[in-house]
Formats: sequence, C-alpha cells, structure tokens
Amino acid sequence: MISNNRQFVTGAEAAVQGALDAGAEMMYGYPITPATEVFTIWIKKGQKYLQTEDEIAAGFGVCGAVIAGQKAFTCSAGPGHILMQDAISMAEGMRLPFVAVIGQRGGPSSGTVIYSQQEVILSCFGGNGEGHRLVYSPSNLDELYRLTALAFHEAWQYKFPAIVLTDGYLLKTKGILDETKAEPAKAHPLINEETFRHWRNIYNFEEELRDEVLKMENDFAAAAKEAARAEEVQTDDVEILLVAHGIVGAAAKEAVDILRGQGIKVGLFRPITLRPLAKEKLDKAAAKAKKIIVIESSLGQLARLVRDQLAPEISTPFDYLQKPAVGIEVEEIVNFVYGI
Amino acid sequence: MEFKPAKFCPGCGYPIALMLLAKAIEKAGLSKKAVIGLDIGCALLAWDHLPINTFQTHHGRVTSTMLGFKRAKPDSFCVAVTGDGGAYAIGLQNLLHAAKRDEPVFVLVINNTVYGMTGGQSAPTTLKNQKTDTHPEGNLDEPFFGPELLKNLVAAGAFLARTAVNEPKQMQEFFERAIAAQKAGHFSLLEILSFCPTNWRTRGAETIAYLESLKQAFKTGEV
Repeated sequence: MISNNRQFVTGAEAAVQGALDAGAEMMYGYPITPATEVFTIWIKKGQKYLQTEDEIAAGFGVCGAVIAGQKAFTCSAGPGHILMQDAISMAEGMRLPFVAVIGQRGGPSSGTVIYSQQEVILSCFGGNGEGHRLVYSPSNLDELYRLTALAFHEAWQYKFPAIVLTDGYLLKTKGILDETKAEPAKAHPLINEETFRHWRNIYNFEEELRDEVLKMENDFAAAAKEAARAEEVQTDDVEILLVAHGIVGAAAKEAVDILRGQGIKVGLFRPITLRPLAKEKLDKAAAKAKKIIVIESSLGQLARLVRDQLAPEISTPFDYLQKPAVGIEVEEIVNFVYGI
Repeated sequence: MEFKPAKFCPGCGYPIALMLLAKAIEKAGLSKKAVIGLDIGCALLAWDHLPINTFQTHHGRVTSTMLGFKRAKPDSFCVAVTGDGGAYAIGLQNLLHAAKRDEPVFVLVINNTVYGMTGGQSAPTTLKNQKTDTHPEGNLDEPFFGPELLKNLVAAGAFLARTAVNEPKQMQEFFERAIAAQKAGHFSLLEILSFCPTNWRTRGAETIAYLESLKQAFKTGEV
C-alpha cells in the first residue's frame, strides 16, 4: 500500500513514524545524544512512554512489556547502549522481541555524536552469547523508516531482539521521506493466564544450555533465509567490490556510479542487515571480484563480520578504507579506488 | 494448590515465604492474574515452584522488568522477588525510582544478610562485625535499612513493612496489605528476614536464635 504523502522530516521523525506504523504502543527511554529525539518526538506525538532513571531500567522495562505482549521499544547510543546490553542479553537468552533504535556514537567512552560505525560489534555481539540478534543498518531516511517498522515485524515473528543501528548524521538530517505505509506488526503475550509458564534463563546443566543455544542457532539460520538482506549494485561483472553499510554505504553507492562512468568495473555489496549477514550474496559477489574494499567509519568492525562470514574457499584479496569516528565522502572512496 | 519441589537448600527460609505468598494470592483470587518475576540470587530457584506464572530476570533488574509488565497489563498482580543484594545494592537505583514513581508493583525482599547463591559474601544488610566471605574479620559497616530508606520517597497509599519467616501470621497480613496496595494502584515492598543456615553455618536452634537476633537490628512491623 503506497501513499503519496511525501514529508520533509528528520531521521528521528522517520524512525518514530516507522515505529508508529508498525503499531508500537510503548516506549521506555533515557535521554542521550544523538538518540534523544527519537524519544521526544514519540512523546510529542502523544504516545505512551516512561522516562526511566537509566538505560538499564529502560531496557528491562521493554523486556517486561514485551513479555506481557505489548509492542514496546527504546532508543539509546554509545555509553547508554552499553548499559542496555544487559537487557538485550536477557532478551536474546529468552527470545524476547526487544526493539531498539541505536544512534552510534564515536568511541571509546563518551566520544562524539554524529559520525560513527563503532557500535557494530556491540550491537551484533554485545552479550555473553552468540549474537542472536537482528541488526539493521539503514543508509537513508526511507530505509530508516522502513527498517524501524520491519524491526518490530521481525522481532515478533522470529523472537530475536532487533536493533536499528543508525547514527547522529542520519537521525538529525532532514530530507524527503517517500512514505511507504508499513503494516502493523502482530504481537501476543508470551505468558498467559490459562497456562502457568515457568520460564528460566539459568540452566542447571551445561548440556541443557548447549542444546538451547544450538536451537537458537538453528532458528537464527532459518530466520536468515528471509531476514538477511543486502543491496547489490553493479555486481554482475564486478572486478572491484566495495563493501559498506549505513550512510557510508550510501556514499559508496554514489562512488560506484562515478567510477562506472569512467569504465572501472566497480560494484557494491551493502549489507542492510549486519546480523544475519546475507552471506550467499556476499560470497557470490566476492568470488567474482579481483579485490574487495571494506569501507567504514571504524577500524574494521564491518571487516571482521565480512571476513568471518565469507566462504573460506574465496581468496579474493582485501583492502580497507577505515576512518574511525569520522564520515566518509564519495570523493574519498573514488580516490581510494583510483589509488589501487 | 500444588507446589513443585523446592530447589532451595535445606533449612532455607525462601520456601516458607513463597508458600504463604502463593496462598495469599490464591485467597485474593489472583492466581491467574499474578506474575512473579525473579531476581538472580537465591530467588532464581523459585522459577518452577509455584502454580503461578513465573520467570527469571537479571540480577538487580527484576523491579524494572515487572513494572514494564505491569504497565503493559494493568490488571495483573506483579511481584518482584529479590534478595537483599539485588534490591539494595545492584538494583537500588531502579528500586528507588520505582518506589518514587509509585509503580504498582510488589517487591518482596528476602533478607538473609548475605549473598547466599555465591557463597556468603557481605550484602548491604550484613550486620556490623558479622563475618562473611568478603569480610572474614567482620563487616565494617552498619547494615542498610531498605523499607526505612524508601519511607521518605513513597506516595501515600504505598505499603512498606518488614517481617520474618518465623512470623507467619504477620507475613500473611502483610501479603494481604501488599495485594491491597497494588489493587489501589500503589507500590509496596515487604522485607522478610530469612534463614540461611548454609552461609550462616548454623544448625537447628542456632539458626532460629540467629534470626531472632536479627530482629533486634531490623525492626519488624509496618514502616
């Protein structure tokens, strides 16, 4: 269902619209730049919310709400995201449909607030588990809207915590949102009054937990068939494969157009989900290429995911354009490709 | 009411408190509406004990989780079961704010003056000079008085009290008061002084005598 109501909005407004269209009912939050506006815009729209005393309470408030069947979510960034991993770890262990919008901060510590892709590993693997989370990386306003809505759908469908991983640049920039109306996600109570559920996250025997984790891994792999998403640009005859996500992915896409105009056979693999990663698509593009360049505003967090997931028989050499905590412009990518 | 076997140490006070809690819930007709969240610590062992919906949370996080549940399902009766460490150390910030906001959640604190699950380290409630794993020469600080601390924060209508596992009548009465407080939309916290013979390293009569001595330091009754 497409509506024609084009809007001039910030990223935070787009994320809130995505949550609303997915039928989100409740938000728990604690202010932290650059995620604060997701919370305050939600509040200004007259929605139910609770401002908690810290991100720990916000995260566990979401856990309690979703157990009761309410589509609740939160937002955070950097040091707040670190605290929130306590709740996300419980959500992962108990298969709770936890949803969070994260505005990455430059790090370590309180760092900076606009450009960063340094919360990739924290989002994907920030617990004492195996990283069974759905992590989305929008590259523009429209995707921020759609992936926020999708996060609710897939969190409730697959029962894994879902993180929309964005940044201050996208959350604060204004642009045109060509609104595609999302459908409300279906939710249901995880315990009910008719059957007594006795539910644990601590196990007596190592083997019990092993079996539980292996079941989660199976479920995650099954979910990945549908949930792993990536955009491929000009990968059919690719010789130089760029790999980038989020707003850096948007810059890389423009760079591909420029370089193609000059006859260089460049293509892009842009993961839309960082967890699970669309590994078959990655393998296919990577096997064709003579070189893979991983481009990111971090010292290799995306590169780690890509190298880990790439089929071991693919021996295409890697190169890296890594700028921790700063943005990466189209021209830099173009020049980097010229340089190799 | 059918209870599954308790998983607590022999002589532990938890099963007594939990049984009376379940009976009070049943008497109030809330067995189906009740939801028990468990902090981590000895409380976690109650996950498969009562004929009531029960789930484990994280250490110090049960109050925040249960207020999330309660806000999503206001007709539920929400109980957060926690030890003294979960309530007054790692979970204190969240407890204070939940109390101050008058969240309609019942926090049941089992106070045995030690971290029992991890083998008897000092807790906020450990008495001065009490010997523990982390204070083998005796604890240096005065204990922490939870309900008294909350007294200045809570709204009118909230219920705060302390009793002991060997005071079943008072326990029963206070459970009923906590249920009434939540029905009226208010926060409640009941601290129950409880046995921990495993970590107190006491037997039979000594255990009871030790609990009685705790009542000298921790005054029972409504706060």
